[in-house]
Amino acid sequence: MAESSMLTETIRDIVQHHGGMPTRLLQILRDVQDRLTWLSPETLERVAEELSISPNKVRSVAEFYSFLYTTPRGRYDILFSDNITDRMLGNRELLHYLCSRLKVSIGETRADGLVTVGTTSCTGMCDQGPAALVNGYTLTRLNPSRLDGIANLIESRIPLAEWPRELFEVYSNLRRADILLGRHFADGSALRAGLKRGPEAIMEEMVKSGLRGQGGAGFGSAAKWISCRNAPGNVKYVVCNADEGEPGTFKDRVLMQDFADLVFEGMTLCGRVIGAQHGFVYLRGEYRYMLNPLKAILQRRREAGLLGEAILGDASFNFDIEIHLGAGAYVCGEESALIESLEGKHGVPRIRPPFPTTHGYLNKPTVVNNVETFAAAAKIAVEGGDWFASRGTAQSKGTKLLSVSGDCERPGIYEYPFGITVHQVLEDCGAHDAQGIQMAGPAGHMISAQQFGRRICFEDLATGGSFMVFDQKRDILDGVRNFAHFFVHESCGFCTPCRVGTSLMRDLIDKVHTGHGTRYDLEEMCKLGRIMQAGCHCGLGQTAPNPVLDSLDQFPEAYERRLRSTAYEPAFDLNAALEEARQLTGRSDPGAYLNEEDLLVGAMP
Amino acid sequence: MSGEPSFTLDGQQIPFQEGQTVMQAALEAGVYIPHLCFNPEFTPHGSCRVCLVKVNNRMQAACTTPAAGGQTVQSETEELREIRRGILQMLFVEGNHVCPACEKSGACQLQAVAYYVGMLAPHFKHFYPRRPVDASHPDAVIDFNRCIMCELCVRASRDVDGKNIFAVEGRGIQAHLVVNTPSGQLGATGFSLHDKAAQVCPTGSILTKHRGYDIPIGQRLYDRKPINVVGDVAQLPDSQGGRRHD
Repeated sequence: MAESSMLTETIRDIVQHHGGMPTRLLQILRDVQDRLTWLSPETLERVAEELSISPNKVRSVAEFYSFLYTTPRGRYDILFSDNITDRMLGNRELLHYLCSRLKVSIGETRADGLVTVGTTSCTGMCDQGPAALVNGYTLTRLNPSRLDGIANLIESRIPLAEWPRELFEVYSNLRRADILLGRHFADGSALRAGLKRGPEAIMEEMVKSGLRGQGGAGFGSAAKWISCRNAPGNVKYVVCNADEGEPGTFKDRVLMQDFADLVFEGMTLCGRVIGAQHGFVYLRGEYRYMLNPLKAILQRRREAGLLGEAILGDASFNFDIEIHLGAGAYVCGEESALIESLEGKHGVPRIRPPFPTTHGYLNKPTVVNNVETFAAAAKIAVEGGDWFASRGTAQSKGTKLLSVSGDCERPGIYEYPFGITVHQVLEDCGAHDAQGIQMAGPAGHMISAQQFGRRICFEDLATGGSFMVFDQKRDILDGVRNFAHFFVHESCGFCTPCRVGTSLMRDLIDKVHTGHGTRYDLEEMCKLGRIMQAGCHCGLGQTAPNPVLDSLDQFPEAYERRLRSTAYEPAFDLNAALEEARQLTGRSDPGAYLNEEDLLVGAMP
Repeated sequence: MSGEPSFTLDGQQIPFQEGQTVMQAALEAGVYIPHLCFNPEFTPHGSCRVCLVKVNNRMQAACTTPAAGGQTVQSETEELREIRRGILQMLFVEGNHVCPACEKSGACQLQAVAYYVGMLAPHFKHFYPRRPVDASHPDAVIDFNRCIMCELCVRASRDVDGKNIFAVEGRGIQAHLVVNTPSGQLGATGFSLHDKAAQVCPTGSILTKHRGYDIPIGQRLYDRKPINVVGDVAQLPDSQGGRRHD
């Protein structure tokens, strides 16, 4: 009874800290879990009671996000980033090594409740992997000796706050700066320009700049701001999409880490232009280590009169920013799913139209822009639209930040004018032996060496910024398979072709990868891919088959060498299907296997 | 030809009123576009994707796309039939649908739409998920094996019955229908056969107990005529083999 009233007390405190607002549900659940390590059915019931909402609403949120646990987890919760770039750097070996050191199986909590070790989608540290999260905090550049240290810290039950800081060090690796990052930005200068020249003039500069959404979709930013400004209603919102979930992308992380003032200033300026007083940064859960530093920057800006009430002494200029932390859901990078998540719900993309510029957060007009877009907008307010438009190509003005990782000597952030060739990027980052690039992440496109002359811009190769290099010794199918598994994990489950199609695609690629595929399976993959592209509700499902379709087109030999010569091979593995019978009868003799080869496979741990 | 706006659907002029979707206007004009999660009595959901059509050459769900004057909509093309067939096949392999052993066979909207789009076999690899059957309620049984995640029962119970008995939990392929009680059992809820939620399921997931095979196989709703002629099971009165308890 005492325990149960303590639970109620804890939850009540946290809920009150969040003002008892159901829109803060995801943040509340994160805080509750921080305190209790997992969310038991009783805990969820209490949260529902305290918020006076239906328990199923709370459960549906708790069940949706990867970083919320409805089964017990260890006091130390370790998740290895499992992007293909982590794999290239040997994360699987390290994962097994740590598990054996801690005597725990992958994905399971040790009997004493001390530790859980599992995997998670790309954590945005591709230039300094293999990476992992411990209780949500980023660990970088893992190697056996670092893991020895970590294992000792865990076994000695040393609190996370006392772990050596160098384990958590995140480098910026800014390799090339152009107009956005190259020139000094004086805090407040964009807001001063905004106040001096007025919203109309700023919009004019935005139009002149030709700035397009830097998240990758490339929608005209000025058009978005104008549409939101013109939308009826007094209450409007500015949302910064820092849910940088596309595997291989980490440029928003560097912007938030080193250029947060520029981003916050762009948001504040947007607030002035569209007439909004409230902004949100939706920071992906994987970047939790930045939460407190960013809050400190916001506070400093308030004290400097750059945020909050009467900004720069103008009584009519009120705007504040709140940071909302995600919890492991790639789909929330889609703007309407992001808004749902901001409202405290599970992240299922909305039906569009209506679009967020008229019906966004709480159905109010909302501008959702990428981190880089807000940073560029702040610079444009100071330097002018023509200045920005002087770089780039006809349809793609300005510059683009690329997150370069994979097989190259100098992974990191490269800022280029739009129109740069893939070839030039490869030369600059020291990728001498590339056979292919995964451009714009798994949702983007895979290109082979014949296409390295192509240009990075909306007219040719559009990108949100991910640039992963595969050299000649890599097996392209390892990448394709990694991406197919990623989409299964990240599908929200709302629409049929994505919910089911991603799993079917994964099974087909696994079948080919393990040498059981035939030409028929390749045709099946193409057919399935077309259904997903045409039929899915949102961009996630529509782009999920891209890695398979692109690699079939660009790297047919990677498939050919694995195919069986037979026309058809069953989808199930007969030998594996016999495993249950072998276990029931306790047999492991050669006679219990179909052939010798299977005996070897079956005997593997 | 002035006055009422219209669009063309497979070459036929379809008039519509402002605010209607392509689906609503088509149904009103008596033209069938196959669908499962759409039910004219509810706000469109857009999740099953069976009603995909090409609107001005772009793939859209007919149930969520606003009708606009002059639109060219394609529905009965081989390309769309093939995509719809694929989506139906996905629904069949995702759950456990054993038509010959299902009481709903012959009056099942899922089965009827599958026949309508020319699906004769599930084609894809079966997932064979392990899902329970809930027979805890005195008057109804829920077989989760047949659930296709259309959320019609969720919407009906929440928006019409005001009971909020059903919900979807989980993500991706793990997403599944649940009953909103600590035990997860339907018997512990205030569910009644007179609820709207009892009458909207397009499959045999929610079945009435104590009345099996009232109408013999061969004389059932879709046994003689296809769904585009008969209409949705949930829209027809009980006397015609439908779900509506008038």
